[in-house]
Amino acid sequence: MERDDIIEYSLDTHHDEEAGKKIRKKIYFVTVLLSVVTAIEVAMGIIWGKAHIDVDGMGWLTIKSIFIILTLLKAGYIVMVFMHLGDERKSLRNVILIPYVLFIGYLFFILLVESSFIFYVKDVIGWV
Amino acid sequence: MAGEATKAIDQAELWGGGRSPFSVSYGKMMMWFFLISDALTFGGFLSALAFARHHLEDTWPVTENIFFHFPLTHAHLPLLYVALMTFILIISSVTMVLAVEAGHRMDRKGVVKWMAFTVLGGAIFVGSQAWEWMTFIAGPDGLLSTSADNASLTSNPYGPQLYADFFFFITGFHGTHVLSGVVINLIVLIRSIQGWYDERGHYEMVEKVGLYWHFIDLVWVFVFTFFYLI
Repeated sequence: MERDDIIEYSLDTHHDEEAGKKIRKKIYFVTVLLSVVTAIEVAMGIIWGKAHIDVDGMGWLTIKSIFIILTLLKAGYIVMVFMHLGDERKSLRNVILIPYVLFIGYLFFILLVESSFIFYVKDVIGWV
Repeated sequence: MAGEATKAIDQAELWGGGRSPFSVSYGKMMMWFFLISDALTFGGFLSALAFARHHLEDTWPVTENIFFHFPLTHAHLPLLYVALMTFILIISSVTMVLAVEAGHRMDRKGVVKWMAFTVLGGAIFVGSQAWEWMTFIAGPDGLLSTSADNASLTSNPYGPQLYADFFFFITGFHGTHVLSGVVINLIVLIRSIQGWYDERGHYEMVEKVGLYWHFIDLVWVFVFTFFYLI
């Protein structure tokens, strides 16, 4: 039978030099990845920024989407590797991420919907 | 950490309920709770920004036309200084995670070295933000003295008032976090030098302040995208 009174705390997670080498290798990999993604974002912002692109066209929507996807990619690596959430129990991970993502995702959605309506009322119909 | 449990925990270290939820210590759990609430505040800020700019899109300023200054030069370098600040914060996040790793090996020298770099990176970031604010407040003519076209919470020479308000609130709230993070990191650095954590038998405090510091980096990643890039 599995004992459930034995709990491994984060206080006891020591590791030796061997394991440390592996962890550091992963850290350096994520460092390079985050730097490269940031460099790509900045280059895109300079070359295809709002100043040089037709904001109403599909082009800007694509650029915007790429920015958001790259940002979420960076955020994922920071949370899972740097904050070690990837190494915690799955239940802790879910308790932290799922309610937050649901709530803020809905907040963004509803505020953008309302914002579109305000734009419509003010600038398209001209009620205000 | 994943893997099979190897030893039973001392009754004194157990939580009141007899066991730890999620196999993390009390301090780490509470740090995560705090970070979730803090993340909700920043999420509120950023979604409010999205709300405002979405219906003011026609008059919303283009970031590249405002943030093109770089210290010690008059060249037109859009976004580059902000990009440098982002890079500095990412690197200080890396040195933080290296400090946590050194802590797991009980390597006091390593912790001290990496924590020192982290404090340095954070201090450079706060200084850069002060410079950024100064440049932004000065307005298009670059002079702080003329109040006519200086940016503030009640006047904004660049476009809609909300643009300046969101700039001050979001980067200001984030900057306050960085400042307090630098202070907390400094305290942990001093305590590592003094050998507090060797005496305690573990460097979990480095891990906990590390969570806070990475969170600051995480928020900046989003601020950089939603305020500066888009």
